Amino acid sequence: MRILGIETSCDETGIAIYDEKEGILAHRLYSQIAVHADYGGVVPELASRDHVRKTIPLIKEVLADAKLTAKDLDGVAYTAGPGLVGALLVGCSIGRSLAYGWNLPAVPVHHMEGHLLAPMLEDDVPDFPFVALLVSGGHTMLVRVDGIGQYELLGESVDDAAGEAFDKTAKLLGLDYPGGPALAKMAETGKKGRFKFPRPMTDRPGLDFSFSGLKTFAANTIHKEEMDKQTHADVAYAFQEAVVDTLAIKCKRALLQCELKRLVIAGGVSANTELRAKLEQITAKLGGKVYYPRPEFCTDNGAMIAYAGMQRLKAGVFADLSFKATPRWPLDTLAAI
Amino acid sequence: MNYLAIDASTEACSVALNFNDKIYHQFELCPQSHSTVLLPMIDSILTQAGCQLSELNGLIFGRGPGSFTGVRIGIGVVQGLAFSAELEVVGVSTLRTMAQQAYELYQRKRVVAAIDARMSEVYTGYFSVNAQGIMEQHLPEAVMPPSELVNYLKGLEIPVYGVGTGWDAYPADLSSLKINEDSPEILYPDARFMLKIGIEDFKKGLAVSAELAQPVYVRDTVSWKKLPGR
Repeated sequence: MRILGIETSCDETGIAIYDEKEGILAHRLYSQIAVHADYGGVVPELASRDHVRKTIPLIKEVLADAKLTAKDLDGVAYTAGPGLVGALLVGCSIGRSLAYGWNLPAVPVHHMEGHLLAPMLEDDVPDFPFVALLVSGGHTMLVRVDGIGQYELLGESVDDAAGEAFDKTAKLLGLDYPGGPALAKMAETGKKGRFKFPRPMTDRPGLDFSFSGLKTFAANTIHKEEMDKQTHADVAYAFQEAVVDTLAIKCKRALLQCELKRLVIAGGVSANTELRAKLEQITAKLGGKVYYPRPEFCTDNGAMIAYAGMQRLKAGVFADLSFKATPRWPLDTLAAI
Repeated sequence: MNYLAIDASTEACSVALNFNDKIYHQFELCPQSHSTVLLPMIDSILTQAGCQLSELNGLIFGRGPGSFTGVRIGIGVVQGLAFSAELEVVGVSTLRTMAQQAYELYQRKRVVAAIDARMSEVYTGYFSVNAQGIMEQHLPEAVMPPSELVNYLKGLEIPVYGVGTGWDAYPADLSSLKINEDSPEILYPDARFMLKIGIEDFKKGLAVSAELAQPVYVRDTVSWKKLPGR
C-alpha cells in the first residue's frame, strides 16, 4: 500500500509518498523562512498564503520523482492539527478533496504523532514501549509510548517551547529568524564556564519544563556585559548548555520513572548535535539507547505524516467528507489502533 | 458543456452545477463551518445530477475578496478536485458575482458592491451589464474606509443598486450611494451566478491549471510589524 502525505501546519510545506514495504519513495519540502524572516517570527496569514501556492506544485513534483500516478496510491493523509488553523486548513482542504476526486480514503493525522513516529522511517527502529521527547519551536513534551495511539503525556513546557527559547535568545544575540541553529553554531566557539545559566524546574520533582526564564536570563546577561564577539559566543554556549542539560535531566528522570531504556527524540530541536550527544551519554549510562530520525525528518515534513497516515489507513481510520482542522489537539486523546 | 462552480468566500457556502443543460444549486449560510459543509454539498449536487467529476469541462471558483480563510477553503477544495480530475479552472470575483445576481434576478443594470472587510473597511467594486448580459467591472476592486467610497466612485452614475454586507455595517457613510431603501436583497455571493461569468471566461480561453487557482485577497497588507530596518 502507498499513501500521499501532506504537511502544512506551520511554516513548511512538506509532501511525501510512503510505501508500506519500500519506505519513503519521494519527499519534498518547501520552507517559508524567507517569507517570515523580516518579521522575526511566523506570520500566520502569510504562512497560509504561501501554502496555497506551494502544495499542488510539490505534490506534482513528488509524484514525478516517484514515477507514480494517482492509480498507484491507496490513500491521502494530511495534518489536521495541532498548528496554525489557517495553515492547516490549506492542507486539509486540498488533501480531503484530492482523496475525494481520486476516490481514495482520506486520513487526518496528528502532527505530533507524525513527529513521534518519524524514527520509524529509519533502519534502526525502536520497539514499543519507549519514552519520547518531542522538542521543537512549538512543543516540548515527554510522552510514554506503548503503541500507536497509546500515548501518556508525562510532562510538557508550561511556557515557551525549547525551540522558541532558542529562537528568541538568538534574536537577542542579533541572529536572524529562526536563529536556533545559528545560535548552536555560535556556541561552538563559546567558552565553557564563563556564564552559568539556571536549569529551570530541575530542583523539584516532576517532568514539566519552563524555558521562558532562560531567555530572560540571557537578556539580563547581554544587558550587563560588554558584548564583543567572544561574549556573544559565551552566552550562546551557556544558554545551549542549560537547555540541553535541562532536557537531559528530565529525559533521564522519565526513563527511570517509566522503567524504560529506549528514548526517542524528534522535532526540530532534536537535530541539535549537543543535545544528541548528551542524550546518547545518559541513555548509555542507563544501559539504554536513543533513537532519532535523520535531520531532514526532525523538522516538519511530509514523510512523517505519510508514515503516521499509513498506520491509521491500515487500521481503517478514515475521515468523512468534512475536513476539520484542530489547532489545539492533545496527543493523549488519540485513539489506540 | 458541464461546469461546477464553488464558493466559500463569505459566511455563505454555495455550489452550482451546469450539467446537460440543467442547473443544480445549493446555498447555505454556515459561518465558521465551511470545512464541514462544502464537500458534502458538492457530493450531494453531483449525486443528484448523476454527474462524475470526469464528465465536467472545468471548475469555476469564488476567488475573493472575502474572508481569507473562507476563500482558501474554497480554493483548496477546487485545487484538489481540479488536480485529481485533471480539470482547468477559472476564478470569479465575489463582488462581480453579487452584481450578476442583481442582473439575473432583478434586472439591475448598474450595481455597486460593498462587503464588510472588518477593520472599519469595505471591499468594493462597481459593475454594469454588457450586451451579453454579463456584469463588467468599471474600477479595480479595492478595500477602503467606507467614508472614501464616495470619492472612489466619482464620475460614475451614483446612487445605483447596492449589494453586499457592507451597507448594513456602515449605513452612515454608505446609504446615500445606493438606491435600495432597506438592506440589500443580495448580501452574499452565490455560486449559481458565477456559472455564466465563468463559462464565458472558459470560452475566452482564460482557464488555468489547478495550482493557479489562487485567491484575490484585495487586502494585501498584514497588520504584523516588520523588524526595524526591514
